[in-house]
Amino acid sequence: MIIPRESVTEEGWGQAIDRLAAGDLTLLGLWGDQPDVYMATFEEKTGDIAVLTYTCTNGTYPSVGARHPPAIRLERTIRDLSGLDAVGSPDSRKWLDHGVWHAPQPLSYAFLPAEGEGLHQIAVGPVHAGIIEPGHFRFTANGEHVVRLEQRLGYTHKGIESLMSGATLDRAAKLAGRTSGDSTVAYAFAFAQAAEAALQVTVPARAVYFRALMAELERLANHFGDIGAICNDASFAVMHAQCGILRERCLRAAVACFGHRLMMDVIVPGGVARDIAADGPAQLHALLAEIRRVFPRLIELYDNTASLQDRTVTTGIVRADYVRQFGAGGYVGRASSRNFDARRVLGYAPYGDLAFEVPVLSAGDVNARVWIRIREVVQSLALIDQILERMPAGEVLTSLESKGEVCEGLALVEAFRGDVLVWLRIGGDGRVARCHLRDASWFQWPLLETAVEGNIVADFPLCNKSFNCSYSGHDL
Amino acid sequence: MRKVLFESLMHGPLTESAPAPDEAALAELAQRVDRAARACLGRSLSIRQVDAGSCNGCELEIHALSNAFYDLERLGLRFVASPRHADVLMVTGPVTKNMREALRRTYDATPDPKWVIALGTCAVDGGIFAGGYACVGGVSDVVPVDLHIRGCPPSPNDILKGLIALLKHVSE
Ligand code: SF4
Repeated sequence: MIIPRESVTEEGWGQAIDRLAAGDLTLLGLWGDQPDVYMATFEEKTGDIAVLTYTCTNGTYPSVGARHPPAIRLERTIRDLSGLDAVGSPDSRKWLDHGVWHAPQPLSYAFLPAEGEGLHQIAVGPVHAGIIEPGHFRFTANGEHVVRLEQRLGYTHKGIESLMSGATLDRAAKLAGRTSGDSTVAYAFAFAQAAEAALQVTVPARAVYFRALMAELERLANHFGDIGAICNDASFAVMHAQCGILRERCLRAAVACFGHRLMMDVIVPGGVARDIAADGPAQLHALLAEIRRVFPRLIELYDNTASLQDRTVTTGIVRADYVRQFGAGGYVGRASSRNFDARRVLGYAPYGDLAFEVPVLSAGDVNARVWIRIREVVQSLALIDQILERMPAGEVLTSLESKGEVCEGLALVEAFRGDVLVWLRIGGDGRVARCHLRDASWFQWPLLETAVEGNIVADFPLCNKSFNCSYSGHDL
Repeated sequence: MRKVLFESLMHGPLTESAPAPDEAALAELAQRVDRAARACLGRSLSIRQVDAGSCNGCELEIHALSNAFYDLERLGLRFVASPRHADVLMVTGPVTKNMREALRRTYDATPDPKWVIALGTCAVDGGIFAGGYACVGGVSDVVPVDLHIRGCPPSPNDILKGLIALLKHVSE
């Protein structure tokens, strides 16, 4: 997408904040690039995406977070990574910077206080008990009930955006595909789209269809993994085992078709790196048939097991107004009434030509987030059918020429957990000048803090798994 | 539930036969692991996984080891929740500076004798993330490593080969 970027004065910046605070605009991203701050917004009424830039004076800009809380963590990150300060920000603590990047002097971090009789704190992480990513959770509990959860993230910060600056497009695409390994297809897809928009290149139709095919395979694999893992956190091992089999079958089809189980580095700027294996379509048809045979029984099992429903129904409710305010995407948003799916709203190729439904529920609990995934599995199956049926013939890769001048592009792609934003500036030398990657998790993590409030500590894993936010995607 | 269970019984196990140990891994282990330590443990090892800043791709494949196709536990290997219960630390990621201290403390909390596996290209030398201000590099820059399993991410089969080499070595 080529989005005209508008430079605004303090007044224009203030007006955008007004509209965010009033709920007219949804915040898509906020990032820094010395001496400027960038804001990407989405206007629901018109479907318009806009990018604003404000040039800082003395390294400061008026805080967005002061009036629109979803921006708070983003502003803390801008200060850590770009050194620009939000004037009036309600939270001046560092976020991704733990004080060890340049000097070995770890930062002491003040968790927000929660006071009252009988309250105690439980500190969890960064090394967790399961095979999951690192992060710290600080619970304040009253007996079994969680009074407050505060997250401390940033442990997996690898400096991806800084590694991208100056990188060739090929290397940058690989880095983008390793921002969050579970969404490697979606990130590579978004990065490629942004690069192609900047360079004004049209990708061969066959490549576009392969991209969507891989995106749907990735969605299937992750949704199966999540549905099983959520049930497992309620100690229902049969679902976990059965969904694990379906997930493995998806990955095996992926490696048979595209040569990599997670399909890393297959999508590249200009198209896709290789055509599908000769027997790929047959493998995919077999996969679809197997899923259609097994999955309905698993849905029935989920739906008819009272002890499981007892754990998921009314647990970890996310309020619809929070979801709207934060612009939370994916199953977190759609389970709480937010009808947003980048595939539908933007209709990027080839989704504009494909028929699919976007399931939306309103209960906002763990159960609703499971059901959104279940329904999306069904939609992805139908999408893969259509993609295979209509697969255009021809080339799968076109070469990208540097324009010899600075150019910019933006993309928003629906990963399995929600929309991924990529904003890219390519320099005159054809290398990346600046790239910003915003995972869906940025606007979901804060809502997890609200969802566990009042739930018992033992239900936290269940709530957490039903969100399945990315640490790496968030920490960059 | 009965239907699902019954069908699982009828179609027989999906579990595939275990691969042969990885030769390169055997060679690497031969140099490092001492005999006396091996004798204490027999053929059963407890593994504590530590994500030291991975992209989470490696974790997905480590998870896959427990699915019906690979079924890690049949080999006497299992994942445990605490380093205090572990014989093996399986570390992924380019060791971000923000995780260095946590990795070191996890290592210190693991009782001797212990082995460390660096899993994935990132864990070997920082991989694609090497050279930035935020990563240390390989796991061996922070704690001693006994076995490297390469790949981005290594497939479950590659991981199994490395683990079987470790088991073989420990029990010989
Ligand atoms: S080796 Fe590859 S899959 Fe594993 S953490 Fe590194 S980038 Fe991710």
